[in-house]
Amino acid sequence: MGQSRLSGPTDLERFGADAQAAEKQYRARVLVCMTGCRSKGAAELAAAFREQIAAAGLASEVAVVDVGCHGQCALAPVVVVEPADFLYGGVKPEDVEEIIQTTLVGGKPIERLCQKVDGQPSTVFSDAPFYAGQARDVLAQCGRVDPQRIEDAVARGTYAAAAKALTEMTAEKVIEEVREAGLRGRGGAGFPTGVKWGLCRDTDGGDKYLICNADEGDPGAFMDRALLEGVPHQVIEGMIIAAFAIGAAKGFIYVRAEYPIAVEHMTLALNQARQCGLLGSDILGSGFDFDIELREGAGAFVCGEESALIASLEGHRGMPRPRPPFPVQSGYMGKPTTINNVETLANVPGIIAAGAGAYAAVGTDGSKGTKVFALAGKVRNTGLVEVPMGATLQEIVFDVGGGIGGDREFKAVQMGGPSGGCVPGEFLDLPLDYDSVKDIGAIMGSGGLVVMDERTCMVDVARFFLEFTQSESCGKCVPCRVGTRHMLDMLQRICDGEGQAEDLDELDSLAAEIKAGALCGLGQTAPNPVLTTLRYFRAEYDAHVTDHKCPAGVCKKLTTFVVETETCKACGRCVKVCPSGAITGGAKKVPAEIDQNKCITCGICRETCPFDAVATA
Amino acid sequence: MANELVDPTQAGDMLTAEAVDVAPAMAIVEQMSPVTSGHIIPLLQQIQDAYGYLPRDVVLAVCERTGLPASRVFGVATFYAQFHLTPRGRHMVRCCRGTACHVKRGTNVSEAIERALGVGDGQTTDDLRFTFETVACLGTCFLAPVIMVNDDYYGEVVPSKISEILDQYE
Repeated sequence: MGQSRLSGPTDLERFGADAQAAEKQYRARVLVCMTGCRSKGAAELAAAFREQIAAAGLASEVAVVDVGCHGQCALAPVVVVEPADFLYGGVKPEDVEEIIQTTLVGGKPIERLCQKVDGQPSTVFSDAPFYAGQARDVLAQCGRVDPQRIEDAVARGTYAAAAKALTEMTAEKVIEEVREAGLRGRGGAGFPTGVKWGLCRDTDGGDKYLICNADEGDPGAFMDRALLEGVPHQVIEGMIIAAFAIGAAKGFIYVRAEYPIAVEHMTLALNQARQCGLLGSDILGSGFDFDIELREGAGAFVCGEESALIASLEGHRGMPRPRPPFPVQSGYMGKPTTINNVETLANVPGIIAAGAGAYAAVGTDGSKGTKVFALAGKVRNTGLVEVPMGATLQEIVFDVGGGIGGDREFKAVQMGGPSGGCVPGEFLDLPLDYDSVKDIGAIMGSGGLVVMDERTCMVDVARFFLEFTQSESCGKCVPCRVGTRHMLDMLQRICDGEGQAEDLDELDSLAAEIKAGALCGLGQTAPNPVLTTLRYFRAEYDAHVTDHKCPAGVCKKLTTFVVETETCKACGRCVKVCPSGAITGGAKKVPAEIDQNKCITCGICRETCPFDAVATA
Repeated sequence: MANELVDPTQAGDMLTAEAVDVAPAMAIVEQMSPVTSGHIIPLLQQIQDAYGYLPRDVVLAVCERTGLPASRVFGVATFYAQFHLTPRGRHMVRCCRGTACHVKRGTNVSEAIERALGVGDGQTTDDLRFTFETVACLGTCFLAPVIMVNDDYYGEVVPSKISEILDQYE
């Protein structure tokens, strides 16, 4: 890229206008998700589009653009065709010819590639219920810009807010604006961002540092990944503004090594920003110097905790230390350091651009703006959703998410990953914000929402999370290292049918002690999945310890699967999928039968059976 | 946290009897120089990229050259799950154990892989064909349950398909 340094805001505007003009030469754009959808063959699809559009002689009027996540991952690979905004899912290279003829030449949608809503195809992006219930502010450009081209970002106004902050505002004014906007940390705890910045700015101590925490380790969370991959320049812009506010000349992005596309896109974006003079010395002629170094994590969940992250950046084992002093007082290399999460930083440009008032108009009293959630598990429209703070689970799971697949009964939503909790159906209408979620024992966390249905065992889910936190415990403090081990052992016994009624009280009291005694957030929140399931799904625990049954049919030692002969249609599907060859019959009108000696209770037969003929005995 | 229960001072000798060439590592040190303790993680990442794992003799030679204490460097190498002190297989099989995969019965998939390969989590087959590991989350929850072989994703995997998938990799 031959872009030269931009010497000031006017230069930036001209650069954006040129990029816009270049884009307007095309009458249509085909947007192919090249991040998450790569796992479903998006790269081959984009290549097919480019080849066949060129062959049709349309290359000068139709642009094929590799973009970030559109959000509706369940339809992968997803293609959006501008200007009409037709949304196509599950697109294969064989469909390209028809899309060119019908949509690009003929201007019409192809109904069979559109998502069906109540049997009717929903052709246009914004009309789909999945999008209609959302407020895509932070994600507005995600899926619209090519993350590998700074021109695309600047054409849509990225870096304008940074220019405004650096050339028209004082650092104090920036902090004031963010404080007034009510932005709270999106990484989990919800600390007010403006307050954090102010504390860091006011600490004496020479050099200051800004760290973007992109060590998104919560299983079931992929919001930060989408932002880093899809709109890297928006994150960089947020960092420039944050660094200006606190007075930092050096920043780090600490990204998880398991996200290779994020690393690739961010590295490229940093180089482009440097070439344009948006990073480095005297940014946009403002006299402000700031540069960013990208560091890859090395596979330790605990490094998402801020003091452990700093230890890791300094080249130590990633172990947390007691706080205070907090990083804003003594962080990286003992200097005042601000650590902000990716999504928090991605919110910042919007606040500076539109002003605190406009930003604070969205959300609830205590939680302003929007929140991005990663919706996964047993829900139809898995993917990335952004809703105003205060939206209810009902709206997210059923209106946006399309409800539970197979129309099974909703049981719970797991919020906030291993630090969060399981929220039962009685709270479906609760407006979600930092405070309301905390009141019911979960946490907003980073925003992973995993939907669970009647075939999910809540005791097993609690055991699953404890297994995770136990294996990720760094081992520094006893409550976490030993306490989580004991909790896990007890839960394992309960899942194996060897639990006793007093185990449940023991779990409860041990959980309280770990919460009170652990050194860092990992240990302090590790008991949450157990505490919330004990609180809301006590009957399921009781069934495990007193009746030695797993009502959901998940815990292997407590489950026996049988085929209900009167319901079985002898289709043979279960026979085919059984990994241990335990099922006989299932053909020529002879119902299937499970040999209990061979059965490993994996439950694949039950998942596969279209007639619900496999039941737990 | 790295799950390999090995004595780091012996680890490099477990599968490779022959001496390992330290030149590529020295070139990395040269390029990063001056190497301070803050660089230990990027340094080990680059060495592992070059060798596929962290051979003991190479790490010791790097410690000697840079003056970094071996205790400190091995301390870091054994803390992070990403670092490996023993050779890895030609193909990496990663099975996601994230929440979404778990509720969609991903455990059945990891058990099927363990049965097919005859190795456990974090282990390598004797012929160095496959290394199997479970990972906390691949961030592709919409494909659950999901596995990755090298850079290829396989979504909505059922145990009966495992052999078919693995057979594609020699």
